[in-house]
Amino acid sequence: MAQVIFTSHLKHVAPAEPVTGTGGTVGEVLADVFTRYPAVRGYVLDDQDRLRLHVAIFVDDLHVRRDALSHPMTPTSELHVLQALSGG
Amino acid sequence: MTQDLLYVSTRKGLMMYERNGAGWKLGDIAFRGQPVTMALPSKDGRTVFAALNLGHFGVKLHRTDDAGKTWTELQPPRFPKQPPSPKFPPDPNDPPPTPSSEPKGPSVSAIWAMAWGGPAGHVWAGTTPGGLFHTTDNGVTWRLVESLWDNPERLRWMGGGTVEPALHSISVDPRDHNRVAVAVSCGGVWRTSDSGKTWTIGSNGMINDYMPPNLQGDPVTQDPHLVVQSPSSPEVFWCQHHNGIFHCADDLKTWKRIVGAPVSSFGFAVAVHPRDGNTAWFVPADKDQTRMPVDGKIVVNRTRDGGKTFDVLRKGLPQENAYDLVWRHGLAVNRDGTLLAMGSSTGGLWVSDNEGDAWTNLSAHLPPIHAVCFA
Repeated sequence: MAQVIFTSHLKHVAPAEPVTGTGGTVGEVLADVFTRYPAVRGYVLDDQDRLRLHVAIFVDDLHVRRDALSHPMTPTSELHVLQALSGG
Repeated sequence: MTQDLLYVSTRKGLMMYERNGAGWKLGDIAFRGQPVTMALPSKDGRTVFAALNLGHFGVKLHRTDDAGKTWTELQPPRFPKQPPSPKFPPDPNDPPPTPSSEPKGPSVSAIWAMAWGGPAGHVWAGTTPGGLFHTTDNGVTWRLVESLWDNPERLRWMGGGTVEPALHSISVDPRDHNRVAVAVSCGGVWRTSDSGKTWTIGSNGMINDYMPPNLQGDPVTQDPHLVVQSPSSPEVFWCQHHNGIFHCADDLKTWKRIVGAPVSSFGFAVAVHPRDGNTAWFVPADKDQTRMPVDGKIVVNRTRDGGKTFDVLRKGLPQENAYDLVWRHGLAVNRDGTLLAMGSSTGGLWVSDNEGDAWTNLSAHLPPIHAVCFA
């Protein structure tokens, strides 16, 4: 299963240690994680379930900028959820 | 002795000041390091809502029921998903999104107003982009007031200071909590008499000088920076508008521009005396191109006669080299009119216990102050 690592800025709502998630895309893996950590969802997605403008997604060291939630994941992928510096 | 409580919403946390007779002191700081845009305290200060606007992670809402000892995070107001709305997670069998198929539905980008709604647990919240939300369970669940959002005139609203329209003023009528007035930059003033089922425009008479001549009097695109309702004379409203001070004495039928305010008639904040609708305070700033104190001197304008004359109050306020701007929620009066507070964009905080005749500086070094309010 893919590994998901949240920024420490989200430690009050997100798991502090890497967690695993299942799915073939970033969106599916995050959805799986959100079922166990529902409080983090609103910090990553906006009202329309879009990725928030100032949240950055890295998959296997690639900064996924467009259609990030549709980006493919493999069972060995590592997904980082970070604050984008654009947000201040 | 009763305790005075002052809530200062800043870029770096909610600063809670208290006065017990020995003077004001800073008590707890909630949400240290996080931008707080708005606080809404109950009369006794036990329940307080705090709206946050995290730079990366969006708008958050918290509530305490023990005067700030502990806070509970609530689901903040959210716009319903609107088509074309993405599936979450995306269906890998769907074609990739194109510019025309990308979701364009709204998402709350700030909470700009909060007001108690009458019955226990009822609260109104105003947001960017231009949404009004209502809760009847103390903020656990919020409902978009769709009658205002779906009003076709809303499509003519414009941003003002923000990219998107901002609903920043909510006045719940002390005679009847079903009567609510809201104001939007730039969307004028709107009034419901049936708790949000139907709306009528309430900004006739306002004038936007910067608009094309034929649209300057258009009530739907006015830029009221803040609107307040007199608690003691509820037919009276005051507005600090982008183009001056406006006064209404007929329950939102017509507004009249007040001419002759000293120093400047431009500004953002306004407060009305809770026991005298003819007394109101304004914080003038240099014209909209510069937005700083005129000649570097911070002053407060006070009228006691419905805008016929003004006192310029400056005792205790910086009178040279000041760049403080008082944003629209940066001026507040307490429930009986005995205390005023004022907070600035550069972290200056002042209080007055003589209706503005003289001010005491509580700090010159706070983070930028978005809002001040008393319990």
